[in-house]
Amino acid sequence: MLAVQIKPEEEILPKISGKKLFIFVCLGCQEVYFPREDVERFINNLREEIVGKALLDYLCNREFVGEYVKGYSKQIERANVILVFSCGVGVQVVSSLLEDRVVYTGCDTLYLNGFQGLTSQEFNCNQCGECYLNYTGGICPITNCPKSLLDGACGGAKNGKCEVDPEADCAWILIYKKLEKIGKLDILKKILSPRDHSKIITESLSREEIER
Amino acid sequence: MNFSEKLKSGKFLITSEVGPPKGINIDKSLDEAELLKEKVDGFNVTDLQSSVMRLGSLAVCHLLAKRGLEPIFQIICRDRNRLALQSDLLSAYVLGIRNVLILTGDHPVLGDHPEAKPVFDLDSVSLLKVTSGLIEGKDMKGNDLDGKPDFCLGAVVNPGADPLEPQLVKMEKKIEVGARFFQTQAVYDLKKFEEFMKKAEQFGVPILGGIVILKSSGMARYMNEKVAGVSVPEKYIKMMAEAKKGERAKVGIQIGAELIRDMKDLCQGVHIMPLGWERYVPELLKASGLD
Repeated sequence: MLAVQIKPEEEILPKISGKKLFIFVCLGCQEVYFPREDVERFINNLREEIVGKALLDYLCNREFVGEYVKGYSKQIERANVILVFSCGVGVQVVSSLLEDRVVYTGCDTLYLNGFQGLTSQEFNCNQCGECYLNYTGGICPITNCPKSLLDGACGGAKNGKCEVDPEADCAWILIYKKLEKIGKLDILKKILSPRDHSKIITESLSREEIER
Repeated sequence: MNFSEKLKSGKFLITSEVGPPKGINIDKSLDEAELLKEKVDGFNVTDLQSSVMRLGSLAVCHLLAKRGLEPIFQIICRDRNRLALQSDLLSAYVLGIRNVLILTGDHPVLGDHPEAKPVFDLDSVSLLKVTSGLIEGKDMKGNDLDGKPDFCLGAVVNPGADPLEPQLVKMEKKIEVGARFFQTQAVYDLKKFEEFMKKAEQFGVPILGGIVILKSSGMARYMNEKVAGVSVPEKYIKMMAEAKKGERAKVGIQIGAELIRDMKDLCQGVHIMPLGWERYVPELLKASGLD
């Protein structure tokens, strides 16, 4: 089961105001709880110029999405912001394919049990119910930092590698580099923690409640 | 003058550290701290340092305060959620603790209980913000407190981190939410430290450079390899390697004193982390002319 909801307008609209947009919408798991109508309504109400839109199945499949990105490269080049409507995995895939582009998510992922493991192995989504990828250059600090830090590097990384897992890159150094590349370092000034754990369905609610 | 007043006075500050034992025999640590009473401006008490289970920071801070010493309560986010953290801060105040150093804390896998659940409900930045709220008389949900604590809040920074910029961004965030002083990771490379200080000066917050007495050349090499932001220059490693077994402490103190003397012109104080060598701190202070 997958449950995704569209982010509050007040979070998305200021980020995309006046920008040229390229939009990805994932239809892969839409038969479950993907708010396709809400997404369409949201897109139709936008005053921003939409230079292109890609509707595709399984945005979590990086190889497949890579082909789409190539196919739409001219339109993507014209856009200032890439806006993605999918679960957190899809957003991370798009961000990783478009390293020097501003990628924002329009969704909060609530629940994707049953889909994890079927999709990309490279990216994970913790179903926070409040997605932070818009503040971290599309790189997830919850699943990539062992402390799930939201306010920047702990200072323990050695040669860019995590002190907890020396095989892994420090997520916050990657985030810093990505934000530097897209000219958005000012985002780091925002204090993101603490998380609202009551929004995390996997921790707090039953399946019946999600369905409601 | 208490620690908070000393910070404002612009005096060159000296803080040291008390590492609580694994167990309940605390008298030796307290006696060692008492020897430094007039020489040191504050004593950090570490909070389950390196993720190793020990006697708690809160209790030891209270015992120091009872002996008329000035404790700096280290509180980390690894082991407690937001309810427990706020509650322990209130407890600290009623137990006579007036200074708090707020850190995120090491991950449990690095310690002696690697199976423990990592909490990290808050982090250093958000806990500073929450504590500033307590000082204003509100808990983090905005509920009124019956009596408000007044703390002097500090934080840490790693001046040798590579890249350094993310540390500076985080440092600025910490200041914005209430950090009034900083203590740093151990410094051996003064050139790098000077570069850091040039960038951090703009914030106008006192910075106490970290000092760890070298115990052996092996320790220096280990830190160079494993500890982020620490780079012991080859000349110090050579000095330690050439020291005879009985003279290593003397050489370690000599190096520490040299670093402290040079740091005096660079930053606003030093923070000495003796790591079990508390007994050598008086000698170190004497050798560096801070006695």
